[in-house]
Amino acid sequence: MTPPRRSKAYWIAIALAAVALLVLPFLVKNYRVFQFNLVLIYAIAVLGLNILTGFNGQISLGHGAFYAIGAYAAAVLMDRAGMPYWATLPVAGLLCFALGYLMGFPALRLGGHYLALATFALALAVPQLLKYKKIEGLTGGVQGIVLAKPEPPFTFRFLDQPFNADRWLYFFTLAVAALMFVLAWNLLRGRIGRALIAIRDHPIAATAMGINLPVFKSMAFGVSAAFTGVAGALGAICVAFVSPDSFTVFLSITFLVGVVVGGLASIPGAIFGAIFIQFVPNIAGDISKSAPWAIYGIFLIGLMYAMPTGVMGMLGKLRGRWRPGAAPASSKG
Amino acid sequence: MDALLHQMFSGLANGCIYGSVALALVMIYQATHHINFAQGEMATFSTFIAWALMQAGWPYWVAFFATVAISFLGGLLVQRIILRPVEKAPVLTNVIVFIGLLVIFNSLAGWIFEHTIKAFPSPFPQKSVLATKFFTSHDVGSAAVMLCVLGLLYAFFRFTPIGLAMRAAAQNPDSARLVGIRVSWMLAVGWGLAAAIGAVAGMMVAPIVYLDPNMMSGILLYGFAAALLGGIDNPGGAVVGGFIVGVLENLLGAYVIGTELKLSVALVLIVGILTLKPDGLFGKQVVTRV
Amino acid sequence: MKFTVSKLAAVALAAATFGAPALAQKKYDPGASDKEVKIGGMSPYSGPASAYGAIGKAISAYFAKVNDDGGVNGRKLNFISLDDGYNPAKAVEHARKLVEEDEVLIVFNPLGTPSNSAIHKYMNQKKVPHLFLATGATKWGDPKNFPWTMGWQPAYQSEAKIFAAHILDTKPNAKIAVLFQNDDYGKDYLKGFEDGLGAKAASMIVSKISYEVTDPTVDSQMLSLKNSGADTFFNITTPKFAAQAIKKAAEIGWKPTHYLNSVSASVGSVMTPAGLENGVGIYTASYLKDPTDPQFQKGKEWDDWLAWMKKYQPSGDLKDVNNVYGYTVAQGLVQVLKQAGDNLTRENIMKQAASLDLTLPMLLPGVNVKTGPDDFFPIEREMLARFNGKTWELLGKVYGR
Repeated sequence: MTPPRRSKAYWIAIALAAVALLVLPFLVKNYRVFQFNLVLIYAIAVLGLNILTGFNGQISLGHGAFYAIGAYAAAVLMDRAGMPYWATLPVAGLLCFALGYLMGFPALRLGGHYLALATFALALAVPQLLKYKKIEGLTGGVQGIVLAKPEPPFTFRFLDQPFNADRWLYFFTLAVAALMFVLAWNLLRGRIGRALIAIRDHPIAATAMGINLPVFKSMAFGVSAAFTGVAGALGAICVAFVSPDSFTVFLSITFLVGVVVGGLASIPGAIFGAIFIQFVPNIAGDISKSAPWAIYGIFLIGLMYAMPTGVMGMLGKLRGRWRPGAAPASSKG
Repeated sequence: MDALLHQMFSGLANGCIYGSVALALVMIYQATHHINFAQGEMATFSTFIAWALMQAGWPYWVAFFATVAISFLGGLLVQRIILRPVEKAPVLTNVIVFIGLLVIFNSLAGWIFEHTIKAFPSPFPQKSVLATKFFTSHDVGSAAVMLCVLGLLYAFFRFTPIGLAMRAAAQNPDSARLVGIRVSWMLAVGWGLAAAIGAVAGMMVAPIVYLDPNMMSGILLYGFAAALLGGIDNPGGAVVGGFIVGVLENLLGAYVIGTELKLSVALVLIVGILTLKPDGLFGKQVVTRV
Repeated sequence: MKFTVSKLAAVALAAATFGAPALAQKKYDPGASDKEVKIGGMSPYSGPASAYGAIGKAISAYFAKVNDDGGVNGRKLNFISLDDGYNPAKAVEHARKLVEEDEVLIVFNPLGTPSNSAIHKYMNQKKVPHLFLATGATKWGDPKNFPWTMGWQPAYQSEAKIFAAHILDTKPNAKIAVLFQNDDYGKDYLKGFEDGLGAKAASMIVSKISYEVTDPTVDSQMLSLKNSGADTFFNITTPKFAAQAIKKAAEIGWKPTHYLNSVSASVGSVMTPAGLENGVGIYTASYLKDPTDPQFQKGKEWDDWLAWMKKYQPSGDLKDVNNVYGYTVAQGLVQVLKQAGDNLTRENIMKQAASLDLTLPMLLPGVNVKTGPDDFFPIEREMLARFNGKTWELLGKVYGR
């Protein structure tokens, strides 16, 4: 199946989008830049979960735990060990990879709902562990850790806005996100990606074809956790504060919402998912003071009616309908 | 020894709470093969309705059965109106719809009924021959109610034609349709029954933990764990699972690890048990053809 | 440098203006104008602490009354209150929105220690008044390091010390059991309590057990505490768990000398659901008039409060002390704004907040609001009270500075 030839218009659109992304932080105030940073961070986290749940079919209700571990790793290294902020990212990633890989072992035995419970348990256990008094010296206990926001290495003015800490973080996060997305794309389009999808759809056939199920499934968990861990570390740097209360079970559920809204097994979908989980609660809050989450729930259900396969699923369908001379439409339309 | 017994009985009482929520979860699973994350919030909402009826002057048992009936209808309507459009959609899409329902019910409960805690009456008199120093008459009463519900459920699935039809619809919808079973309506009835059971669970739980919109958020997880521990397709297993989780949690907290880590340790233990018996303690082993 | 003469003249003019009496000069920082003062706030309207959302609603209702009465110095109060769901990350986002997008003058009464901890540094960096926080953590009264943050209610640690002092006075050989919520608030109270008992803390406290907000009940903890053989009980719980603890203690036949923290002393939301007869003899510390106390249900102060509730918060619970809290802290801010007059710069707001000396109608007699340049604890006085089955009977002695 050869990918369609990209037209010149496609590449011009990509170039314009890239320019827009680079100029964006200078067009808006600091606060919006902060929100965009959060969107990029959530996109990495959602991408991580998508690798596991979308591509590999293992449901996880506990990715908030990996996000928390990544965030705390960064915070502890920055605050207690004086490490520079950019150096904490690889450490957080590696730590979460190891923990995710370990998580893969019980996951091998458990399927479907049971795995959901096990990961849910992880999401609940991590905040409790973070509060544990024996490691309070390291983690700051219930008080959490307050961090200093990294200053930009140089400043200038562009479009009448200063290049300050938030905008520096935006470009930093953008670079990391781009790197992570390219990594994921590379990983998933080759043999490994096909193996993961095969395991998701027909595990027995996959084993029969020689794919080493336990290794791949644990790897998927590890890589997925690493992505979300890096996102967590970035989150800690961006928000400049970590505490056990920041990482409740609802965060894990929010990531899952992001994955499904964006589209399962889709890399660009992670961005749409992140935009949804960042902005829709705020919009819902603007619409209704007294029952904002009810509005959010209505949005969520409405979206699922309109796009059961997520935004990317919908876009894929539209593209299939409108492209001239495309392959004959499938029976599902 | 006294203290130990006390903790165990307290754990059994808590286990009753978890078991009743687990029953509702198992009910939905048996009917639809989905786990309904909104179960807790729906149960809370039903309990609020009961509270409102009692505030309006209705006597306890009238309000009780009225609420059960309203909840049944409510659950049915939720399935018909909100879940029908995504019946054929992938599993995770359904999960997200459940999450949407969860936040909607929680938010509505807070908006309509306010967030301050409310006392909910217990139908079992404080001082009665059943109460001992280890458990109150409410504990005994709610355990009895739960066992009643369990018995009715068992009888329903085993001995009634509708129960059989529901099991068929859940296990093999296509074949069931061929035999003439209206699968879609079976799902709706399943939801109605689960909502009704949830309402009973909520009304039994509220006198102990007090009624507020977040009443069930902590309990749902334990109910989930109990249901899976006992085997997600086994109502009796759900009840036993509830008792195990309740006692385990209490004993761990009081004697083993202290309250600061008991949740983590309890969950680790449950996950450990599941890795040894992946279908739950009493679940049926599902064997699929290659 | 060109135009030197004009520059000098401008400087001279500015100097003259500075010297002129402040009354004639209107000075505004972002959020203030001739017509209105924008005030930002955050409350947990959803999530595990949603019961405290009532405070935010009460404040809005009080500002509505003030606006109907003409506002403060002719300016309406525009209160922008956001829901942070008790989540610190959301609190950071909302703080930035209020300061950078809505451009409020003050951030007022954000609730919860975690949320306030998260925005503490930011507010001081941005030099925005972070006033009258709805939490009793001791760290909000630190003018040297955080000159833009000020607490409001008596610090948890000072309240705990009052209980400790009472125990040392009346029952020096007590065996104490403590139940505390495993978070910042619970641990802060515990620390103050242990500090208050001093050297005797280790020997007097025979058992201290925690619980999580996600626990369904505290029954197991109460059983363990009873079994420790303690005869005194310090109850550091939030309303729902306080009610459970009181009820359970009665059920298992445990009747210690019971000290309940003021956060959960509401007759409407705690004592009544717990069973009024179960609460007889419990001690607490108060600084606000409990709306169920018959001795306060008369007089102008009561009539004013009741009239306000009926008109501006008709669905509010008349037994919920949160409505008294919100009323009182809103009055505190109004006083600060009144004192600031037309000089509505952030610096002046902090200056006025640090020069308060007044009493407010719904504070207990003897309790006042007093601040100074190095005293950032507005309310420090409390009275011990004892529950008599209907309401809290004040024991008369006023503790605190």
